[in-house]
Amino acid sequence: MPRRASRYGLRIVALGYLLVVLIAPLTMVFWRAFDKGADHLWHSLSDPNTVHAFKLTLIIAAIAVPLNTIFGIVCGLAIVRQRFPGAGIVNAIVDLPLAISPVVVGLSLFLLFGRTGWFGPWFQQHGIQMLFALPSMVIATIFVSLPFVAREVVPTLREIGDEQEQAARTLGAGEWTTFWRITLPAIRWAVIYGVVLTTARCLGEYGAVAVVSGHIEGQTETATLRVQDAYENFDLPGAYGISLVLAVLSVLVLVAMTLLKPKESSR
Amino acid sequence: MRRSSRRPSEGAPAALSLGFTTAYLSAIVVLPIAALVWASRADGVGSFWEVASSPEAVAALKLSLGAALVVSAVNAVLGTITAWVLVRDEFRGKQVVNALIDLPFALPTIVAGLTLLALYGPSSPVGIDIAFTRTAIVAALLFVTLPFVVRTVQPVLLELDRETEEAARSLGAGELRVFRSIILPNILPGILSGVALAFARAVGEIGALVLISGNLPFKTEVASVFVFNHIQSGDQAGASAVAVVMLLISFGILLAIGGVRFLATRHERA
Amino acid sequence: MSIQIRNISKRFGDFQALDDVSVEVEGGSLTALLGPSGSGKSTLLRIVAGLEWPDGGDILLAGEDATTLAPQRRGVGFVFQHYAAFKHMTVRDNIAFGLRVRKRPRDEIRARVADLLALVQLEGFGDRYPAQLSGGQRQRMALARALAPEPKVLLLDEPFGALDARVRGELRRWLRRLHDETHTTTVFVTHDQEEAMEVADNVVVMNRGRVEQAATPAELYDAPANEFVMSFVGHAMRLGDSWVRPHDLEVVLDADESTREALVERVVNLGFEVRAELVSGEGERFNAQLTRDEAERLELERGQIVFVRPVRETVFG
Repeated sequence: MPRRASRYGLRIVALGYLLVVLIAPLTMVFWRAFDKGADHLWHSLSDPNTVHAFKLTLIIAAIAVPLNTIFGIVCGLAIVRQRFPGAGIVNAIVDLPLAISPVVVGLSLFLLFGRTGWFGPWFQQHGIQMLFALPSMVIATIFVSLPFVAREVVPTLREIGDEQEQAARTLGAGEWTTFWRITLPAIRWAVIYGVVLTTARCLGEYGAVAVVSGHIEGQTETATLRVQDAYENFDLPGAYGISLVLAVLSVLVLVAMTLLKPKESSR
Repeated sequence: MRRSSRRPSEGAPAALSLGFTTAYLSAIVVLPIAALVWASRADGVGSFWEVASSPEAVAALKLSLGAALVVSAVNAVLGTITAWVLVRDEFRGKQVVNALIDLPFALPTIVAGLTLLALYGPSSPVGIDIAFTRTAIVAALLFVTLPFVVRTVQPVLLELDRETEEAARSLGAGELRVFRSIILPNILPGILSGVALAFARAVGEIGALVLISGNLPFKTEVASVFVFNHIQSGDQAGASAVAVVMLLISFGILLAIGGVRFLATRHERA
Repeated sequence: MSIQIRNISKRFGDFQALDDVSVEVEGGSLTALLGPSGSGKSTLLRIVAGLEWPDGGDILLAGEDATTLAPQRRGVGFVFQHYAAFKHMTVRDNIAFGLRVRKRPRDEIRARVADLLALVQLEGFGDRYPAQLSGGQRQRMALARALAPEPKVLLLDEPFGALDARVRGELRRWLRRLHDETHTTTVFVTHDQEEAMEVADNVVVMNRGRVEQAATPAELYDAPANEFVMSFVGHAMRLGDSWVRPHDLEVVLDADESTREALVERVVNLGFEVRAELVSGEGERFNAQLTRDEAERLELERGQIVFVRPVRETVFG
């Protein structure tokens, strides 16, 4: 039967590693945020620019998450249920945002919408500001959070097969009815899990948005950009304060992920 | 003449969803990337090469790759051990620990960088100050890449047929031999794809490094920060050159992951 | 090598899998552990192999205490119901594994693997992977693998359970022939009483963690120790206070003091024999097994009233 010593040894190694790399840093956020007292923390969190930053983060997420959810479901259905040539390529492109650095994303958008970019002049002519404004920040966030719903939906669809849908059709259900009443309920936990991951990614996005936004205080700063801004302006409690809020949100996301995972994988 | 292979379910909705998918992907992903690749050719291949091989750029890329390699190697070992403990061991609080593994996925990277700075920086409560050093870069990257190998190895470990381990024991194999000959070959694809994902993430990471690495050119400036700084200073050509190299690395890793997947299933193809 | 199982007990949580089980397995014999699911037979086999450890009792292999010996050191070969094939290794490498672990010379391994491939009739399949084999082929490979290091005991856990009926029959007979040639002490677990009767020298009938009876197949059938054994091994029906086997029920057309009246509900023609499904006046249902000639002579048909009398019956005290 398993050797006692090696089992405890492995356990200590794993837990020790997690303690040093994961848990200790996290507790610091909570500690440092309250460094100058709760009042100071509240004061710096209610700074108008900070409030605006949170609002902006939420607005961007409110646009990006639903769009990527719809995309994820439609794309997942297309890849799994329709055998079209190039399904593999589409699958690979969907995975691309996971492997690309956010700054590369930001730069490519910069090049696309900049003054000398492919679409820059067109938008400028029509009076739409892309860079250093909301539109490019939204597109950047959509790019980096694109894969999550699709990546949950695809394996789920593959696993459950299309027998239920075929049965529905033989019973007279049309395309939309079949989708709405059969397919969607079958993948709902995968979709929800994917939405949680997408939201987390949107809230935490930094690199791509940092490049295209121009960091304009009170206008194009998201919460994550504000953290950097505060830190560089030596407003440490401010930086930790925003981080605390973001960390609390992350823990909520983590709880949601933990609760949803068994449902998602016991399809 | 080939008989049409369209099934009764295909038709307008199918074409619509395919169209939407293609349009969305093109607009969001393909066009921007294409613009980047195109921009790096701006003054011809020669100038791209010139910029990409400037000493600062090379130093930044080397640092990124080196750090990513170190981090991937550490993850390969410690991530596997962590996955093993989470799957095979039982202890109080295991569920909580399991949930915590996903923390780096959930936490904004800038916050991660800030907390590492707080813990292991100038005002560190444990007296360790590694801020603005290469060690800090590795520490930050270890944080953000922690979940990858653990989460790719866990499902593979869960699926292992325990009876094959019992069979090996009954045939006389000791525990180490069982691990080496029976378990490891089966979890290796999981480890490799986790390592590839961790590597990709490490090479491209920006948020966690911005505050803690100090961005000293040639010392602690990684490729992503190089690109960032050069965009800020208006040097689009320089930024694009290094960005394209990073892009190529990303493509390479995606290919590697696909290759691992292919190899992993070769025993199943009759 | 003889096996002595003495007073073995094992619990899993609240469930008592084995309760004071003792069995003697003679060296060189072929023994079956027979019982329904949950009877503890697989648990017992795994304890003999060292894959589980008992809560109480001992296991002696060739007279030596092996209760806490690791499976690696017991010299037992084990065959699993679902093959437990090393799917990342070729058939050849699977079979060679036990020999490689013992660091046998390469030539010896090559020769032995070739012999075993011939023995299990898998010549030519050496370089294939288990995924490319059928279920029956995989199990033959598993047998060859277990036999390669020349174990002193061969243990098989429902080895043919996952295979289809025809393959099962073939492998059953093949196992018996193999045993007759090698005389390795063999113990196999099955829930199929026909399999146990056909293959084994001795059968240990188990139920709910206890041994009901250990005897030869003939003894089990003719002299069952209790109701469970009688109804598990072969068919048996309750008729009043006694138990009768279907072929021990005589069917006649005239009544007398020793007969009971019964209505023929259904006549099932099984080819070489006929089964008559009968119901008594009190609503008791039972079957009689007759030869074709007997059934013809009686002109047996549905709705007929007949009279039955047991030729042999057993009463348990």
